[in-house]
Amino acid sequence: MSRLLRRNGWVAGLLALFAVLLVLTKIIQPGYGAGDFGSLARAGLPFAFAVAAQAVVVIAGGIDLSVASMMALTSVTAASMMNGASEEYALFVVPFVLAMGFVLGAVNGILIVVTRVPDIVVTLAMLFVLQGAALLVLDAPGGAAAEWLKASITGTLPFPFLPDAVTAWLPNALVLLVVCLCVVWIPLKRSRLGLSLYAIGSSELAAFRSGVPVARTRIIAYGLAGLFGAMGGLSLTMSTGIGAPIPGPYLMASVAAVVLGGVVLGGGRGGLLGPIIAVFVLRLVRTDLTLMAIDPNVTSIIEGAIMVAVVMFGAFIAIRGRPA
Amino acid sequence: MSETLTAPSRAPLGRRIKRFMADRPLVPLIILLVALVVILQIMRPGIVNERWIANTVKFAIPLAILAGCQTLTMLTGGIDLSVSTVATMSAFVMASLAGHYGAPAAIVIALIPPLLIGLLNGVGAGIFRVHPLIMTLGTGLIGAGCLQVYQRSVIATGTKIPDFLTWLGTGLTYGFPNALLLFIPIAALIIFTLSRTGFGRLLYAVGDNEKATRLSGVLYGQVIIALYMASSLLAGVAGLLYVGLIKAPSSLSLAEPLLLPSVAAAVVGGTSIFGGRGGYTGTIVGALILTVLTTLLTILQMPEGARRILFGLIILLVTAAYLRIVEDR
Repeated sequence: MSRLLRRNGWVAGLLALFAVLLVLTKIIQPGYGAGDFGSLARAGLPFAFAVAAQAVVVIAGGIDLSVASMMALTSVTAASMMNGASEEYALFVVPFVLAMGFVLGAVNGILIVVTRVPDIVVTLAMLFVLQGAALLVLDAPGGAAAEWLKASITGTLPFPFLPDAVTAWLPNALVLLVVCLCVVWIPLKRSRLGLSLYAIGSSELAAFRSGVPVARTRIIAYGLAGLFGAMGGLSLTMSTGIGAPIPGPYLMASVAAVVLGGVVLGGGRGGLLGPIIAVFVLRLVRTDLTLMAIDPNVTSIIEGAIMVAVVMFGAFIAIRGRPA
Repeated sequence: MSETLTAPSRAPLGRRIKRFMADRPLVPLIILLVALVVILQIMRPGIVNERWIANTVKFAIPLAILAGCQTLTMLTGGIDLSVSTVATMSAFVMASLAGHYGAPAAIVIALIPPLLIGLLNGVGAGIFRVHPLIMTLGTGLIGAGCLQVYQRSVIATGTKIPDFLTWLGTGLTYGFPNALLLFIPIAALIIFTLSRTGFGRLLYAVGDNEKATRLSGVLYGQVIIALYMASSLLAGVAGLLYVGLIKAPSSLSLAEPLLLPSVAAAVVGGTSIFGGRGGYTGTIVGALILTVLTTLLTILQMPEGARRILFGLIILLVTAAYLRIVEDR
């Protein structure tokens, strides 16, 4: 019970932090409005998917170093397939790329299960492989994206029954993110499989002894990470209109936000909501620092310091809260 | 002993070879290294000569030192992802101060930031019990930011690599790289520390069973702080050596490409990422293997993408095969 409270407390605390930051932003820049919030959501989209991918794997007790490369590969694949193709063709590209992400992610899982090499090493090796594959698909940034895909993350969605003042704060990018994550995560979390994910993360041996198919669950966990990674890659292509074969800073950011979001490294605890809020907290901090005209280099110091401080604080509470 | 070996009822040959390799984990690694060199020689007859060997060793040394950081921290079940930032940091600070204060003072000053980062890593991992992966990732980010701010402030003074470091990094004496003068004592010290001193035994013990070591009175926090400070110091030294080799003193991503290979070298060298098992000799061979492999892939004249794919696959394959040899008894 108390653990449940603490877990929800963490998410609530993050939400409060996010709200405080929004107010702070409004104070620093009185003109900060819905449009800026929309661009925040758009900029945070690839990060959010990267974090979702990392979170699933970490909950299942692993870690995925190949997240950023996966995004690069799926992004260039989508961009080069859509290059010069018709708008309708993109309808085929999107599911194809998502399936590719799932399969490649599952390959990660299969390798871990079959070779018994530690997950860090397997995903490190896959980082090189996927990065290389991305370079083979496109050796320089290029490609194109269908117009309707690009349009789907700009602007806002006109909800019926809601005043414009509210819908203005619901940018399409955010709606897309919520829909994509919910479609995958909510049915999963309520299913037997979702329970198994948490079980193998919390104690592999106990899970095995209670009849959880550990190997299959692990493979699916990495497959889901690949799926989210592919969504992240698509969102990259959607927001830039091209594909870039060099992975962005998503690996470090994803691990940071996962931990900040209350998912315990080692597995078994946490959810997707916390890490996603953490992504936007980190993005907003960055925006605030830029608005305050602080040297962008200081920004990375502050980001690192926040990450370390928050994790230390969390660990400190965990030590205090542990029954002596 | 020799009687049992020659007894008629001995195990089949394959089984015995496997057991022999499992007892001496270094042997399969060295066989792999030699095999790679032979493949290289077959593909490009005449490439393997004294100069090539000296060059390979020269490039393997900074990697081997950084992989040493990973080996030491992995023995306790940790990892140090701040090494690349730390190495770049010490190199850049040294290069920016060398013109003004002279090389010896610059080198000493340049090793202070690594020690601070190591202290921070150690306090975080050892006392606050933050996962080392996160802790070192965070301090790496902080360090990179500090470095960029620092670069702004010294942008006018320019950078300079002392002749001594160039000599150490690139020079050859009687066909031997001068970097060995630095590396052999470091390697000897690490191997001696791990196998002959109490501190070394503590590292293995902590990695093997942390709870038991705590219960038997080991001051866990102090061991971890000392470990991460040593690791950062090593990374700083590697940075100084590397800048002498690469001669890019104003680069702020100098050692970045070595980070993941340093983890790979330690793992290929047989150090368990979960702690308690491994050693530095394997890591040295691992670093050599990776360096030779890079040469081999460059010579194949494949596109960059295909080279990276092969690099990743080979790391995976070697680690998997190695685990199978060492663990299946």
